[in-house]
Amino acid sequence: MIIPTFLTSLLGPFLGPLAWMVLKIIAIILPLLGAIAYLTYAERKVMAAMQRRRGPNAIGPFGLLQPIADGLKLLGKETIIPTGANKLLFIFAPLLTFTLALAAWAVVPFEQGVVLADINVGVLYLFAISSLSVYGIILAGWASNSKYAFLGGMRAAAQMISYEVSIGLIIVTVLLKAGSLNLSHIVEAQRQGWFAFGLLFPMFILFFISGLAETNRNPFDLPEGESELVGGFNTEYSSMTFALFFLGEYANMILISAMTSILFLGGWLPPVAWLSFIPGFIWFFAKIALCLFVFLWVRATLPRYRYDQLMRIGWKVFLPLSLLWVVVTAGYLVASGTLPHTGG
Amino acid sequence: MISSLLFYLFAGVLLASATMVVAARNPVHAVLFLILCFFNAAGLFLLMGAEFLAFILMIVYVGAVAVLFLFVVMMLDINLRRMRQEFKRHLPLGGAVALILAAQLVLLAMAWKTDPKALSVPMATNGLDNTRALGGLLYTQYFYPFQVSGFILLVAMVGAITLTLRTRKGVLRQNVTRQLDRSVAEVLEIHKVPIGQGISDDPKP
Amino acid sequence: MVAIKIKKQFSIVSFGSLKAVDFLPQSVEAGFQSIFAPCPLMLSDLAADYLPILLFLGIAGFIAAAAVGLSFLLAKQKPDAEKLSPYECGFPPFNDAHAKFDVRFYLISILFIIFDLEVAFLFPWAIALGDIGMVGFWSMILFLGVLTVGFIYEWKKGALEWE
Repeated sequence: MIIPTFLTSLLGPFLGPLAWMVLKIIAIILPLLGAIAYLTYAERKVMAAMQRRRGPNAIGPFGLLQPIADGLKLLGKETIIPTGANKLLFIFAPLLTFTLALAAWAVVPFEQGVVLADINVGVLYLFAISSLSVYGIILAGWASNSKYAFLGGMRAAAQMISYEVSIGLIIVTVLLKAGSLNLSHIVEAQRQGWFAFGLLFPMFILFFISGLAETNRNPFDLPEGESELVGGFNTEYSSMTFALFFLGEYANMILISAMTSILFLGGWLPPVAWLSFIPGFIWFFAKIALCLFVFLWVRATLPRYRYDQLMRIGWKVFLPLSLLWVVVTAGYLVASGTLPHTGG
Repeated sequence: MISSLLFYLFAGVLLASATMVVAARNPVHAVLFLILCFFNAAGLFLLMGAEFLAFILMIVYVGAVAVLFLFVVMMLDINLRRMRQEFKRHLPLGGAVALILAAQLVLLAMAWKTDPKALSVPMATNGLDNTRALGGLLYTQYFYPFQVSGFILLVAMVGAITLTLRTRKGVLRQNVTRQLDRSVAEVLEIHKVPIGQGISDDPKP
Repeated sequence: MVAIKIKKQFSIVSFGSLKAVDFLPQSVEAGFQSIFAPCPLMLSDLAADYLPILLFLGIAGFIAAAAVGLSFLLAKQKPDAEKLSPYECGFPPFNDAHAKFDVRFYLISILFIIFDLEVAFLFPWAIALGDIGMVGFWSMILFLGVLTVGFIYEWKKGALEWE
C-alpha cells in the first residue's frame, strides 16, 4: 500500500486516490492491449499449424514482432473517409466498438478481491456492454454510405440481437445456481464444483457458441463475409479506424472467454484443491487461453453458416433450449431444495 | 458534494440531449441523442442507488428499444425538406397543444404536496442489494401486475407479427429434418449405362 | 477550481493503519491483491463503486481516440475523388446506399425487445428465488407459459423463418 499513500501525500486526499485508480486502470488496459495484439499472432500461428503452414516467421524470432509491425503499418496508413459518409459517426463507430470492448474489463475479477470495480450487478454490466456493442457496427454500416457496409451492418445487428437473447437466458441459469449478480460471488459459488460440469453443461456449450455468434466469429462471421459482402461493415474503413474494429473483435473474443471462465469454469479457482499453490490469476488466464484456443480451432475447422441457418439456430434452437433449461434448472433447484439462500 | 455535482452533470446533459432529440436535423442523430438521454437517466438512477434499474434501462432501452428505432430511421427514406414544411404547417396546432400541456404541468406542480415524512423514509432493503429486494417483492406481492405485464408482452408479440409479417411466395426454404431424414433410396438411383445408348431423362416406367 | 473546492470537503481519507510490514507483500499473490485493494474516496458507497468504471471508460475512449488521431497526424493524407468513392465493382453506385430494408429486420428487433424484457424479468427472479418460495416459482412459470404461447404462435406463423 505504499504507492497510494505516497500519491495521497503528493497530490492530496482527493486527487491521490484518483491517480491511484488511474494507475490501476492502466495496469489492466496495457496488458490487455498486449494480449489482444498477441492474440492476432496466436491466431495466425494456430491456423497455420492446423493448415500445415508456418505462419508469420519473418519479423523477429518466430515472427514474434509481427503484431507490432502490423500495428505500425496500420498507424502509417491514410485514413480514408468516403464521400457521402457521415464523417462524425464514421469515426465515432470504431472508437465506440473499441472503448466498449475494453470497458467491460472494469468489473472482471482476476483473483479473489482483485477487481477494479466490485459492483453488485457485475453480470448486468457485462450484459449491458455486450448489448451496446451492436451500435458500433450499426453506425459503421450506416455512416459509410456504402451498400456492402450497410448490408453487413444490418446483418450483424440482427445476428447479435438474436443471440443476445439466448445469452441472457443462459446467464439466468447461472444466476439461479449462484444466487448473486456479483461476479466474484459467482466464482465463489463454484467452489463445490464448476458450473460447466453438471446440470449446466449444455448451457456451457450454448454459451460458448452464442459467444462465437456475438463476436461475429467463425462459423457466424457473415457480417464480414468477404466472399459476398466484400468486408461487411468495415468495407470502407482503413488505417487506425479499421485497426480499432479489428482489435475490438479480438478484445471481445478475450472478453467472451473471460466470461465463460467466470460463469462456467470457476474463474480463478484451481480445478482440484491440491493445485491451489498456483496463484488464482494464473488459473484464470489459463482458462481464458484455453477458450481462446477453441475460438481459433473452430475458425480453422468449420465453414460459414448461411444467414437463414444462422437465424434458425438462434431463434428455433438456442432460444427454446435455453428457456427450457431455465425452467429445468429452477425446477430442479426448487425440488431438491438446493437453491442458494443468501438473502435475509 | 460530488454526488450533487454529478447529479447536475447528468441532469444537464439529459435535458440538453433531450432538446437535441427534437431539434436534430438528421433523424439518426436524433436517435443517438435519445440514447445519450437514456445513458444520463441511467446515471441518475445510479446516483439514487437504483443499480438494477439503471442497468435494465441500459439493457432494455439502449440495447433493444433504441436499436429498433435506429433500424426504423435508418431504413426509412425520410424526406427532410417535406418534414420541415409539415412542421411549419402544424406549428399553430402543435404549439397550442404544447401550451396546454405546459399549463397543466404547472398547475400540477403547484398542487403537488410532499409528505415531509416521505423524504426521511430509508430504503427498505434490509441490507440487501436492490436487485434481490426487487425480486423478493415483484413475483409474490405484486403477482397480478407481473402477470398482466406478461400478457401485455404476449399482445405485443402477436401484434408485431400480425402487423409486419408478410409471407412471400416461391421462396426456397431449408427443411432440416426432411433433409436429414432422406434415405439413399429416395434420392439416388444407380444405373448401369449401356454403351452407345445412354439413359433417358424419363423416369423408369 | 472544482478540485480545490472538493479537497476541502474531503479532507478525511483513511487508508487504515499503516505499518512497515504493510509495505512488504508476503507473496506474489498478496502483492497482486494489495495493488487492487479498494481505495476509499469520500463518496457514497455505490458511487465509489462506479467511479472507476467511469474513469475506465474515459481512459479507454482516450486511447482509442489517440490512436486514430495519431495515425491521422503521422500518415500522409492525400485524398482524391477516386480514392474516396464508396466501394463498388468498377462503376459509381447508382443510388443511395440506404435502401429500404426487409420488414423482417423490424420484426426481429421487436421480438428481441420482448424477449429482452423477459430476460430482464428473469434476473431478479433468479437471484431471489431462494427467498420467495413456491409462489414465486409458479408465478414465473405462469409468466413464462404466457410468453411461450406467444413464442409458439410466432413459430407456427413462420415469423422465425428467414429466407
